[in-house]
Amino acid sequence: MRVMVFVKATEDSEKGLFPEPWTSEMMAAMGRFNDELRDAGILLMADGLKPSSEAKRVAFDGPGRTVIDGPFAEARELVAGFWLWEVKDMDEALAWVKRCPNPMYGPSEIEIRPLYEMADLP
Amino acid sequence: MSAGETHQAIEAIFRIEQVRLIAGLARVVRDVDRAEELAQDALVIALSEWPATGVPANPGAWLMTAAKRRAIDAIRRDKMRARKHEEIARDQDDVSDDTDAIERAMDDDPGDELLGLIFTACHPVLSADARAALTLRVVGGLTTDEIARAFLSSEATIAQRIVRAKKTIAKAGLDFEVPRGADRAARLSSVLEVIYLIFNEGYAATAGDDLVRPGLALEAQRLGRMLAGLMPETAEVFGLLALMEIQASRLAARTGPDGAVVPLPMQNRARWDPLLIRRGLDALARAEALGGKDGPYALQAALAACHARARNAADTDWPRIAALYDRLRSVMPSPVVELNRAVAHSMAFGPEAGLRLVDEIADAGALRDYAPLPAARGDFLFRAGRLAEARAEFEAAARLTRNLAEAAFLRARADACG
Repeated sequence: MRVMVFVKATEDSEKGLFPEPWTSEMMAAMGRFNDELRDAGILLMADGLKPSSEAKRVAFDGPGRTVIDGPFAEARELVAGFWLWEVKDMDEALAWVKRCPNPMYGPSEIEIRPLYEMADLP
Repeated sequence: MSAGETHQAIEAIFRIEQVRLIAGLARVVRDVDRAEELAQDALVIALSEWPATGVPANPGAWLMTAAKRRAIDAIRRDKMRARKHEEIARDQDDVSDDTDAIERAMDDDPGDELLGLIFTACHPVLSADARAALTLRVVGGLTTDEIARAFLSSEATIAQRIVRAKKTIAKAGLDFEVPRGADRAARLSSVLEVIYLIFNEGYAATAGDDLVRPGLALEAQRLGRMLAGLMPETAEVFGLLALMEIQASRLAARTGPDGAVVPLPMQNRARWDPLLIRRGLDALARAEALGGKDGPYALQAALAACHARARNAADTDWPRIAALYDRLRSVMPSPVVELNRAVAHSMAFGPEAGLRLVDEIADAGALRDYAPLPAARGDFLFRAGRLAEARAEFEAAARLTRNLAEAAFLRARADACG
């Protein structure tokens, strides 16, 4: 099954605050983690996202389209990065997420969302 | 963390570490069975200790050390027993020499160990079936039951096949190393062959009601991606990966709602998986950059890429496909390649060109009972307007295929000949 794994943003990541030497160490650990994912054959795609200050939203209301400029409030509801993995099941995805280095300086969350598969579609 | 949660966490860690543990241990004890037992022993130790001590910072290394100690103990016991038995006095140094050797072997690069395990599970001393089953078991981590279901076989048959394969490896004294030098190319093609066999068993099931068993195809893709991670400089690994990714991109479009096969020109290309196509094209570019454009898998991937790049069937670059088949037949001569070449030439230069080539194959006496031969001939005849002859070929093809969905498709084509 495919899962999308979201690294949720934090107030710090939204401000673009990446203190050293923590950031360099985290990036090195994350590089090793990504190597492990690749060597295990589960990594399909990975990317990091810029803070929402560089983002735009389009709000829909019937025929109406309104553009909203970032940054957006509620940092913890935003996404700071993602992977796309091909795993056997949710347990395997969980096992991998647990060994991921904390991607943020403070407390943070990673969310695993299974994708719709052929079998789920009518 | 509660005991239950720790238990779950340990299971999760073991699941990820298991393959590498077995790979590292197999290199020491040169026996897959014993390596599996030692890995299980390490799990048992972790289950008894970690709930009290907490999960260690580097659980993989911890498990490896625990298993290593057990391996050394076992080897010492064997030595002692052998010594008593033979009543030969030997220095204690002997044992510590072995221990040093084990320590050294344990410090090998884990990627190299995993690669060594893959090469050993795919060793040519084993039959193709045994290689596939053992690779899925020890590298893919599938259960015997899962493998049996995937190959439409009984659990007992697969279990026995795996046991025999392990014994053959132990008896042959294989060293679980990655082959170097002259041996390497031949051994690598054995590995690639096993992975592609697993893929094809999933992608184009040769028997049974379902045309596609995507579980096996996925497993093969995973093995291919793993191998690409471990051998980033080897062109043919990327050739094979490209081929699998691009073929798999069509899985969803390949069967209709009733389970019947949908041939490539009629597939809904909106259902092709763009991510897999992109990954396949990237892998193909990598294979070509590494100097592998004329490798058999890279050429097949280049063929698959021609279809992937075409927005619709009419846009397909058939002259390029025909040219690629002309190259493929020189590096991978086979009647099946000749047949596909005939199909490509028929699309590029007309049904008469296809008929000419397909008759050469039939004259050579190859592919006598191979359903795709009359199916292709039927298609050329149909397009040339020779409907009665076409009908006979489609009917012959339907009788030859073992795949029920394919037979239904061929009978429908026969009926369409009026």
